[in-house]
Parts: sequence; structure tokens; C-alpha cells
Amino acid sequence: MKGILDKQQVADLFIDQHSVMVGGFMANGAPELLIDILLDSKLRDLHLISTDTAMPDKGSGRLITAKRIKRLTASHIGLNPNTGKQMFAEELDVELVPQGSLAERIRCGGAGLGGVLTPTGLGTLAAENKRVIEVEGQQFLLELPLRADIALIKASKADERGNLFYAKTTRNFNPLMATAATLVIAQVDEIVAKGQLEAESIATPGIFVDYLYCPAHQNQKE
Amino acid sequence: MSVDKRHWIAQRVAKELKNGDVVNLGIGLPSLVGNYVASNVELIIQSENGLLGLDGMANEDQADPDLVNAGGQAITAVEGACYFDSAMSFTIIRGGHVDVSILGALEVDQDANLANWLVPGKLAPGMGGAMDLVVGARTVIIAMEHTNKGKPKLLKRCSLPLTATGQVNLVVTEFGVFKPNTRGFEVLELAPNVSLEMAQAASQATLYVSA
Repeated sequence: MKGILDKQQVADLFIDQHSVMVGGFMANGAPELLIDILLDSKLRDLHLISTDTAMPDKGSGRLITAKRIKRLTASHIGLNPNTGKQMFAEELDVELVPQGSLAERIRCGGAGLGGVLTPTGLGTLAAENKRVIEVEGQQFLLELPLRADIALIKASKADERGNLFYAKTTRNFNPLMATAATLVIAQVDEIVAKGQLEAESIATPGIFVDYLYCPAHQNQKE
Repeated sequence: MSVDKRHWIAQRVAKELKNGDVVNLGIGLPSLVGNYVASNVELIIQSENGLLGLDGMANEDQADPDLVNAGGQAITAVEGACYFDSAMSFTIIRGGHVDVSILGALEVDQDANLANWLVPGKLAPGMGGAMDLVVGARTVIIAMEHTNKGKPKLLKRCSLPLTATGQVNLVVTEFGVFKPNTRGFEVLELAPNVSLEMAQAASQATLYVSA
């Protein structure tokens, strides 16, 4: 972990990126404050990777609503009507991926793997343009790794090393995305001193996190 | 669908569940099944956003912003519940560790195919975790209305893009319990006051009672 940033410092990082992963599941565990900063930035025509597009006014759905996304990789878009509208109007290029395959593709991206073989999607439209590989008489789809220029994630607590703890169901895609992007920024509710997180409860080791953003921590210092 | 019909479907699906089963309940009608499980049956309910041990919907006092189901709704968890990331969640699903997946469908056919994620040109909710669930779960039960505004949903062959091929074990509708088989759907049980003729009239595939 390189440091704790204020809003302007985070904004200064958004310069020339083309792809962004946004954590959260139906906006639960989504980095809403980082999304605010991204919306204020000049970044446009982005490739968004997010398991769903939440709702129009929540989580990654807000990037769709503001028409900042040109290409989307997601598993579910049903609760954000804007996504479907932009897709059918051909303003947004959507790749729908089974949720488990999406998780594994991001995991592969972060783990240095060349892809993953799964039977999920065989015999469906999700198999289009994908290689089918036979292993010991059984067919599998080859799902390729996913990485992004930025990952915006959300955790409940961080320590000064950037180790992250996620409360309950807010974990979802956040730890996976933390491994699979060039620049990883974590919005956290609270930053505690080294040693104050139970080491076994850390779901993302701080080495994956470039920067922390925590308005409550700024206020505490001032 | 009337409350009575939904009640009948949910309670009938619940009878298929055994003590200790790891179960994933889809949104809508399937999510009601948990309310009808016998008192001597304890399930481990998975929510694919990262929880084993879902209890039920949270009322206003219980709602915790950090605890939701796969539809993003506030829920409660049982004592002894555990949380994990999405890779672990789908390891549970895809690795065959879910005993029963209960979900809705737009169409089911006699070759045990189902369609529930895309109506080309009209509606594209996406598959979410459904493709993984139907391929990975040991038993797949479809809980749905028998027809869509009078249009049959038990078909010889699905017309919509498939969610998976050959994975459906059982279909429960307000008309009864049906098992896909290459010659049609075997009728395992009819709902009260439903005749085979009534169920057949609402189905495109052939229904039959095993001799």
C-alpha cells in the first residue's frame, strides 16, 4: 500500500485509463464515494467490469446512467433499465457472462492463469466464440482472464498496511478485483493501526492495494 | 398468480428438501420455499452473493446495510452462518456442493432444457448465477407458473435461448409435479382439483402418467 489519499489526490489518478472494475453486488459493498470521483473525472467510453449494473442510482449502475460506459462485461443487468435501453439502442456493447465464470475470469487475471475450463454455458449463447476443450472425455468452455486498468473496491476496515476486512456480504467481488487491476483503490469506512485487524480475518492482503480512500480518516486527522 | 397457487407451489417444493441439504433459492417464487420447510428439516441456505446460512427477509428493525441477498434485499442470517467472496461462492455452486437449486423459468422442455435469462430484442436481464447453478447443483427444481398468460411453458423444445441443456430434474407448477423425459413430461402428482386433461390443455409437451 502506497498511501492514504484525499479526494483530489484520487481524482488526479484518473487520467488515461480505459477499463475499470467496480466491486459490489447489487451495490452492496460498492465503492460509492470512488464512483462519485470517477463521475467527476474526464474518463469516458470506459470498459466496465462489474457483476451487475445494480440500479440506475446505485453502485456501478450510476456509471451506466451517466453514459460513461461504452463496453460492459457483467452477469446481470435486469434491475437497471438504463443498461438494457443503451444496449438495445446500440450505445453500449454488452458481454453477459455467467457469474461464476466472471468471478473465475477475474481470479485468473489476478492469479497469472491463462484461463479456466468450465461446463457452465455449454450449449448456450454464452458459448459463442469460445473454445470448447475436451479433457478426459468431458467438454469444457475455455473462459479467458480479465484484467483492468483500475479496480475501485470497498471494504469495511483497513489497517495502515492496506490489509482489508469486509463485513458480511459486502465482500463479494471486491477481493477478486483487488488482484486483477493495475491501479487498485479501496474505499474504506475506517482505518486502524497495524495489528488492530485480526490477522486471520483479512480477506485482501495489503500488497494488492495501491491506495486507500477514507473520508472519516481525513476528518479524524484534521 | 393467486396467493393460493404460489402457496401450493412453494409448499410442494419444500417437501423435496431433506434435513441438512445445501439449498439455493432463486428470487421471486423460489424465495418463498424456505417458509414451508418442515420443523424437523434444517436447511443450509446459500445466497450466491456470499453467504451460507440465510435465515429470512429482514424487517425494518433488523435490516443491516452490510447483509443482503442476491436480489440486494435486506435479510437475516442464522447463527453459525458464514461469509465468503464470489469465487468461493461459485466454487460451492460449480463444484457440486449445492444439493438443490430452486429457480424460476420462462420455458422448460422435455429434454430437461430450460430458458430463463434472455428474450431476444425484448428483455435481457442476463444469466446472473443461473447458468452456474443449474449446471453445478446436484438437483435442479423449477418452481414456476404453468403458463405465461395462458401460453404454455412446458414445451417439446424451448424456443428461447437456453440457460443450460439437460439439467432440469423436476418442475413444480400450480397444476402439479412434472418430470421431464424424452417422450414428454411424466406427471408425478396433480394439484388438488386439477385433472390430467386440464394440465395437458395448458401444456405443449405431452403429459403422461407412468403405468
